[in-house]
Amino acid sequence: MKNVYINSVGSVSSQNTTDDADFLKEIISYNDTTIPALNPNYKDFIPPAAARRMAKGIKMSIVASKIALQKANLETVDAIITGTGMGCLHDSEKFLSAIIDNNEEYLTPTPFIQSTHNTVGGQIALEIQCKGYNFTYVHGSNSFESALLDAKMQLELDEATNILIGGVDELAAHTILLNKAIHHIKETPVESSKVLNSNTKGAIYGEGANFFVLSNKKQDSSLAIVADLQTFNTLPIQSVAEKAREFLLANNLHPSEIDALILGNNGDVEFDTFYNHLATTDFQNVQQFVYKPWIGEFNTASSFGVLLATNILKTQSAPKAFQMNNIVSSQYKTILLYNQYRGENHSFTLLRQC
Amino acid sequence: MDALKQELKENIIEQLNLEDMTTADIGDDDMLFGDGLGLDSIDALELIVMLDKNYGIKLTDPKEGRHIFESVNTMAAYITEHRSK
Repeated sequence: MKNVYINSVGSVSSQNTTDDADFLKEIISYNDTTIPALNPNYKDFIPPAAARRMAKGIKMSIVASKIALQKANLETVDAIITGTGMGCLHDSEKFLSAIIDNNEEYLTPTPFIQSTHNTVGGQIALEIQCKGYNFTYVHGSNSFESALLDAKMQLELDEATNILIGGVDELAAHTILLNKAIHHIKETPVESSKVLNSNTKGAIYGEGANFFVLSNKKQDSSLAIVADLQTFNTLPIQSVAEKAREFLLANNLHPSEIDALILGNNGDVEFDTFYNHLATTDFQNVQQFVYKPWIGEFNTASSFGVLLATNILKTQSAPKAFQMNNIVSSQYKTILLYNQYRGENHSFTLLRQC
Repeated sequence: MDALKQELKENIIEQLNLEDMTTADIGDDDMLFGDGLGLDSIDALELIVMLDKNYGIKLTDPKEGRHIFESVNTMAAYITEHRSK
């Protein structure tokens, strides 16, 4: 089977990740219950006539995709695989609100067309004229990992050479209210650096789009190798460390051989226990990073974790603000990521230096 | 009639998300489709719903739309003659 390389990344997030020059140099701290992504100049990437019908999720994804393609020196790819937990929420809300407000009359086509989950993949394909395999995974907080797994298998079996994959989710006003009502979003604002110690229910929500060109051909721009990936729909908290050990063993690794562990802690006192269990047992002597306090929680936030890992492997440095413990590795060759949301859709992702 | 034309221009910009345009950019006789504003078939559906919702006009013959939606002037003239609200 062939190796799978991450040859480039493109990102729109609430941190400076769009431009290489500013990439995670200065970490922006927030003090809110939701964190919107920073808007790049969309007109530099999308013709105005096309952009006028696109909500933020689609625009972020097209920008991230075009940046990833540009960095990989590609015009198009063999396949586009998108992961999104909630899809195009803004237009979904617009369409559903119109149904209620107008008593099921006067429904217009635009928000309906633009509200489906696979709109993002379709619009990227139109923009880059890709007529190949186009698939969208909607699987809660395993949406991005499902896209990654699909691409990994296709590339390993040489069914494709270059695949664009990505994770995207957007914030939308009414859904924020609903998530606050059920305490999935924290009731009061919390400063980014204090999120993990907030000791309250719920998370700070965010949004963003992180896209990657995956390939079975190594090139100068290659950032990392996707060594392995495993997902679980449910996992008892007592089993997390054991599953992590088994996952590493299958890759001939021991927890002590991991150079960095990237965790998806979001400050939810009810569910961060899954991460804390792992951090304080087998991996207590491994350097640990978190990122969600600075970008917010969303179903595909783990794509930012992969972005962070590839950046650490390539540059051999990491933002100090994201570090959770005091251990510092002398080198970064192997990074393990663990993510889950509200105790479901767990994933282990193993990345190696090229 | 001038107030109606101004209202139509504002609604066209809002409904069709013509973010970079102002009412001053749309001439009364400018072609809305094709070489003019460059609207497309999805916009035509949006305009049909707008006529129904705002002015109580139901277009039953799609061929009618070609003439009605030529410009703001033709839209305003048709609405003035056929509006029920």
